[in-house]
Amino acid sequence: MSEKKFSKKHEWVSLDGDVATVGITKHATEMLGDVVFVEVPDAGKAVEKEGQAAVVESTKAASDVYSPISGKITEGNKAIADDPGSVNTDPEGASWFFKLKIKDKGEYDSLMSKDEYDKFCKENPS
Amino acid sequence: MEVQKTALYNYHKDLGAKFVPFAGYEMPIQYKDGIVKEHISTRTYAGFFDVSHMGQFFLEGDETLIQSLEKIIPADLKNLKINHSKYSFLLNNEGGIIDDLIITRTKKGFCIILNAACKENDIKQISQFLKKHHKHLLNNDLSLIALQGPKSVEILEKLIPGVANLKFMTGNIFKYEGENLYVTRSGYTGEDGFEISISNTKVEKLIDYLISNEVKPIGLGARDTLRLEAGLCLYGHDLNEKINPVEANLKWAIAKKRKEVGGFNGWEKIKNLLANGSEKIRVGIKPDGKVIARENTKIFSSDNNEIGFVTSGTFGPSVNAPVAMGYVKSEFSEVGTSIQLEVRGKKYGGKISELPFYKKSYVK
Repeated sequence: MSEKKFSKKHEWVSLDGDVATVGITKHATEMLGDVVFVEVPDAGKAVEKEGQAAVVESTKAASDVYSPISGKITEGNKAIADDPGSVNTDPEGASWFFKLKIKDKGEYDSLMSKDEYDKFCKENPS
Repeated sequence: MEVQKTALYNYHKDLGAKFVPFAGYEMPIQYKDGIVKEHISTRTYAGFFDVSHMGQFFLEGDETLIQSLEKIIPADLKNLKINHSKYSFLLNNEGGIIDDLIITRTKKGFCIILNAACKENDIKQISQFLKKHHKHLLNNDLSLIALQGPKSVEILEKLIPGVANLKFMTGNIFKYEGENLYVTRSGYTGEDGFEISISNTKVEKLIDYLISNEVKPIGLGARDTLRLEAGLCLYGHDLNEKINPVEANLKWAIAKKRKEVGGFNGWEKIKNLLANGSEKIRVGIKPDGKVIARENTKIFSSDNNEIGFVTSGTFGPSVNAPVAMGYVKSEFSEVGTSIQLEVRGKKYGGKISELPFYKKSYVK
C-alpha cells in the first residue's frame, strides 16, 4: 500500500496497484463531530475527481464526501454504514469509505502529502 | 446589529465551547465532549445550559393586567396560582403562534420566558394590550441557567435548600449568596430539572459549584437533540406565525375555560378548528433505517403523494435512531402510518410515531 495522500476537501487516498482506498481525515471528523449516518456508493458506480461519492452526517449537519480521484467504485464500506460512530474512532484506518479502480495515477500524485495537508489545515482553520 | 454575548461568554470559552451565532447571540453549540456525550450525560447524570439569551420579561399590575394578557395568551391566567407556570403562546389575529413561552404568576404579576429570536417583537405585541399603569421590564441583568438531568435535584438541593420541594411547573424565590433568585422546576429536555434566574454578577459562582459537582456544560446542539427526543417544539422550525395551536398538536396548552369562552386573538378560527379538526397536523416521525430526515424533507404517502414536510430532524442519541417531527395531512397522522421521506432525491420508508420519542416522568 502506498503512502496516504490528502485532498483540500479533507479526504485521504491510499493506492494498492490501481485500486485506491478513500476515507475522510481525522481533522474532518473533528470538524464534523459525532457521525450518525453514512451512505457509501455501490460497486460499479463511476465517479469523477471532486465529484460527490458518499454522504456523512453528524448530529449537526449532512456533508457530501467527494472522491479526490476518478474511477469506478469496486466496494463501499458497509461496516461504517452499519456503525457510523466508527468513523470517529478510526477514520484513517478501518473506517474507510470506498475503494475504486482508478484511471489516472497522475490524479493521485497531484494530491497533498501528509505534511502539506497538515500545513493546509493550519492555514485554513474552519 | 452587534452580536450579543451572555455574561458567561468567557466562561464558555474557557470550557472549550465552539460558538455559533444564534438569535443575535454568540452561543455555545457544543463543548469538548461533543453533542452525543453531552446529550447522554444530561440523561444519565446532569448538565447545565446557559439560556440567558432568552427573554425574562416581568410584568406588574392589578387585575386589569390579567385581562390584557389574556387577549394574546390563551392560558387561564386568572386562575393561575402564584409561583405556578404554564406553557402557552402569543397568538396573532389568525390564531398563528407569534411565540411559545412559559408564563409564571409572581406576587406582583407575571414573568414570561420568551424565545431569544422573538423577544423584541413579542414585547411589541404584548405592549399593544397593556394599560399605561402596567409596568414591564425585559431584565437583561439576569442570567438564566437550566440544570437538567436525574441528579439535578440532589445537586441543587445541597446548594439551595428547599428546591427539592418544588413540583414540576412551579417555582419560588430562594436565597443564594445574599440575594434572591428565582428557581422553577421545568426545562426543555424531557428530564427532571430546574431553571434558575440569577443575577449576571453571581452566575459564575453558581456554575463553579455545578462544575465542582461534575455537572457538564451542554451546548445548543445537545439541547436540540434532547428536546426533539422529548417531542418539544422549537420556535421558528416546528412553530411559526402561520401555524396555530391546533395544527401544532398543542391544543392541550389552551386552557379549557378559554377554549369555551374565548376572548383571545384568533379564537374564532381556533374554535372552528377545535370542532372540525385541521387540514394538517404536527406528528412524530421515525425513519425506518438510519437515514436522517432533516428540516424541509418532503413527506410522501406510501402511494407517492406528497403529504407534508419535516420541521425538525436529527439523530436521537438516547433512542439510538433518527427522529423527526413534521406536518402531514391529518388523514395520514395516525401512529403507525407508513410514509416515505425524500432525502437527497431518494425515498426512504418511515412511520408516524408517538411523541415523545423518549419518556421520563416528571416530579409531580
